[in-house]
Amino acid sequence: MRWYEHLLNLDRRVLYALIFIAVLIPSLLPIGLPINISPEVENVFGRIDALEAGEIVLFPLEYDPSTAAELEPMAMAMLRHAFQKDLRVLACCLSPTGVTLVEDEIARVAAEYDREYGVDYVYLGYQPYPAIVIMTMGENFRTPFPLDYYGTALDDLPMMHGVRNYDDVALVFTVNATSGIDFWIIYGQGRYKFPLGLGSAAVMATNYYQYVQSGQLFGIISGLRGAAEYEILIDTEDPVAGRGMDVQSIAHALIVLFIVMGNITYFVDRRRRQQQEA
Amino acid sequence: MARSDSRHERRVRRAYPAALTLTACLLTALPAGALIAPVPHVEAYDRPNDPGETIVVAWELSPDDRTPPPGDADAVTVLSYRVLRAESPTDTLTEVGSALPGKTLYRDSEVRDNVAYYYQIQTVGTDSSLASSAWAGPVRSSGQWFDTNKAVLLAFMLLFCGAVLVLIHQARAGRELFIRPIPGLSAVDEAIGRATEMGRPILFVPGLGTSGDVATLAAYTMLGRVAHRTAEYQTGVRVPCYDPMVMTIAQDVVKSSYLDAGYPDMYREEDVFFVTQDQFSYVAAVNGLMIRERPATNFYIGKFYAESLILAETGNFAGSIQIAGTDEIVQIPFFVAACDYTLIGEELYAASAYLSREPPLLGTLKGQDWGKAAVMILIILGTVAATLGWRGFIDFFATQ
Amino acid sequence: MKRELPRMITLVTGVFLALQYYVPHRSSAHMYETLMDWLIVVGIFAILLGIAGLVRQHLTKIQSRRENWPYSVALLTGLFGMVILGFWGQGLGSPFVTAYFTLLNPVQATMFAMLAFYIASAAYRAFRARTLLATILLLSAVLVMLGRVPLGELVWPPFSLGSLEIPGIAQISDWLINVPNLAAKRAIYVGLGLGGSATALKVVLGIEAPHLRG
Repeated sequence: MRWYEHLLNLDRRVLYALIFIAVLIPSLLPIGLPINISPEVENVFGRIDALEAGEIVLFPLEYDPSTAAELEPMAMAMLRHAFQKDLRVLACCLSPTGVTLVEDEIARVAAEYDREYGVDYVYLGYQPYPAIVIMTMGENFRTPFPLDYYGTALDDLPMMHGVRNYDDVALVFTVNATSGIDFWIIYGQGRYKFPLGLGSAAVMATNYYQYVQSGQLFGIISGLRGAAEYEILIDTEDPVAGRGMDVQSIAHALIVLFIVMGNITYFVDRRRRQQQEA
Repeated sequence: MARSDSRHERRVRRAYPAALTLTACLLTALPAGALIAPVPHVEAYDRPNDPGETIVVAWELSPDDRTPPPGDADAVTVLSYRVLRAESPTDTLTEVGSALPGKTLYRDSEVRDNVAYYYQIQTVGTDSSLASSAWAGPVRSSGQWFDTNKAVLLAFMLLFCGAVLVLIHQARAGRELFIRPIPGLSAVDEAIGRATEMGRPILFVPGLGTSGDVATLAAYTMLGRVAHRTAEYQTGVRVPCYDPMVMTIAQDVVKSSYLDAGYPDMYREEDVFFVTQDQFSYVAAVNGLMIRERPATNFYIGKFYAESLILAETGNFAGSIQIAGTDEIVQIPFFVAACDYTLIGEELYAASAYLSREPPLLGTLKGQDWGKAAVMILIILGTVAATLGWRGFIDFFATQ
Repeated sequence: MKRELPRMITLVTGVFLALQYYVPHRSSAHMYETLMDWLIVVGIFAILLGIAGLVRQHLTKIQSRRENWPYSVALLTGLFGMVILGFWGQGLGSPFVTAYFTLLNPVQATMFAMLAFYIASAAYRAFRARTLLATILLLSAVLVMLGRVPLGELVWPPFSLGSLEIPGIAQISDWLINVPNLAAKRAIYVGLGLGGSATALKVVLGIEAPHLRG
């Protein structure tokens, strides 16, 4: 069997093994590749950085364990930035399998900055039918969420005094990997005209650049790369996404190498067949 | 502003200028710089295009709504705006809400329809001074029966539906309608035949959508066709379902297809089954099915998300011929890379018309084409208008 | 009547919901919310139906000791186990949440991570320059993949060639995503919107009723 025939019929487990090695080595031995900040991420950072201390930001964090690897660093970077700026955080999770995950993250970041629940941040939890939740929050947060995640009436939480609906929050930034993004754009921003930003998985974010062009979104943070850039901007001590970029760089380079190898073997084989036919 | 009805209210409205003048005198009589400036103008109106019970109060910013000038950190500026409301000019005002500096709008959703309300904005200064604006009102809230922002949308919807109905009528009358070949749909019968030759079952995955999703409706159509053919060829079909309601409908579709084909006894309830409503658990179950039973043909028709490539690659590994169709644009490239045939976008919706060739369905397909032609013309006109600066054309189509 | 009644219900409900979108009045919104509440109720009963079918299917498999019956035991154990744990409380530190973080969380993340391996094998097998269009697809994929990671920006940064500014791979990648990719997506969205409307019209008017074939 010729070398290109071996490559054409390469067992996919060899490819999987190479990918595993390409992911493992930079995870254990970080390279520290420089990350340039993109205008989109800088725009989002600037928007939040311009808020005054005490203003409220609404963070709908809608993802589950499967997409947490990509979105959790982003969500945590946003939360850290908010607490660094002494903003007050109102959060919810309209994805049923992510509600506990998000609760844990918010509690961890709040503890880092010594923030008090009910005064500095409130977690509303989950309610079904996101489109209806988003619409009714526009009238009053208490309509879909009479109680917070821990069963406390919103009126009993100091932070929620005088906070009724989207008019009382400075902006909404959703870290989202569900079809709920469309609901936020159509039923939320489209109806109530609040500033809306989006952080999403890289594969999904490409769908939503058009909303940035139309002004319906004030900015997008895309995937692990966007999270890494945000971590640099907030000067975090624990750049989880940043470490992930080394891994992503090597993995992408390896896949490109696979593509090149695959095409070389394809063309060599095709040429041989043409010669044989001739 | 809403119009006043009662004589009492008209008297009160005549008193406004006098009250305002008196207030202005009192304010100017006080030492300059000691008090915050009130907002110069307030208006209140029923929120348009809403279900009711909401009044919008809008105002111009107070002249003191600014950051303190450099070198004068003690300058009095606006701390907040208090929104006060009363049900008559003689009632005591009560605070219903507040707004931060820079805000010029407040939505009061705690009102009753057809009740007259009066509003006032009280500016609160950083030195705790207060300044009240003139009154706005009376204003009554009510719900609207038509959302005028969506008028253009309604018009286009009616035009589109009208075009579809006309074309259905023409198709029924015998007019020949051309549809271009769609490779994915042409391959359906061939793929089913392959499964029969190999003696292996067919796997039909209706996606992760609910019965309310259009892609799932398209999946039912395709499933009916596939089940009919498999009954004729005496081949098994497995339909793992993500949603229980989809499962009940899929069971009915398969059962009736077997009945139509003349093989009702072939139907087994365990062939169309519910798996789980968790995305990756569902994928794991379907992957296991593919590895164990090695179906000859896999159909992925419906709504798919991140699991699309996992399903398609596992099917490829199992040696199945694969036909996919989804309306999730993000997943289409994965299917294109891993499947033999992919229905892109609306080709999925064309499946029923393409496979059955029934005149009403062909007419609907043609209606879609006419709709797209209209959109293309509007895009070209819009591009020209935007280039030449004709805002009127663009604003006509803008939704609020 | 068995076929006509469902079609009539479909027609009335479909027309009502289509027009309801344009009517903001409270009574219209109230009827819509009532329908949504009924949808939730029906959905819950459908879940019960699905779970009953699932349990019955796997119990039969266990009883008749069919191939791979131990996996059915594992499935039923997981199903009922999580329900039972849920009755013990659901806050952080509870058995339910512990099971969530130690079992469901890593397994779901692992399944999603498998995509990385599958992308590699799909890329190796499918991205061949067989035709002109396949070559364009291949080149776009390579440019975007490298343009989105720091390594690509390091290898191909923006540079000047005399007075000519040559964009870096990141700028080329951004252009590919924001211009041709977005243009194609918008076109497909338009087609999907019209196709979806036409399909819904067919179902509402009873021209096609795939869900009523039973």
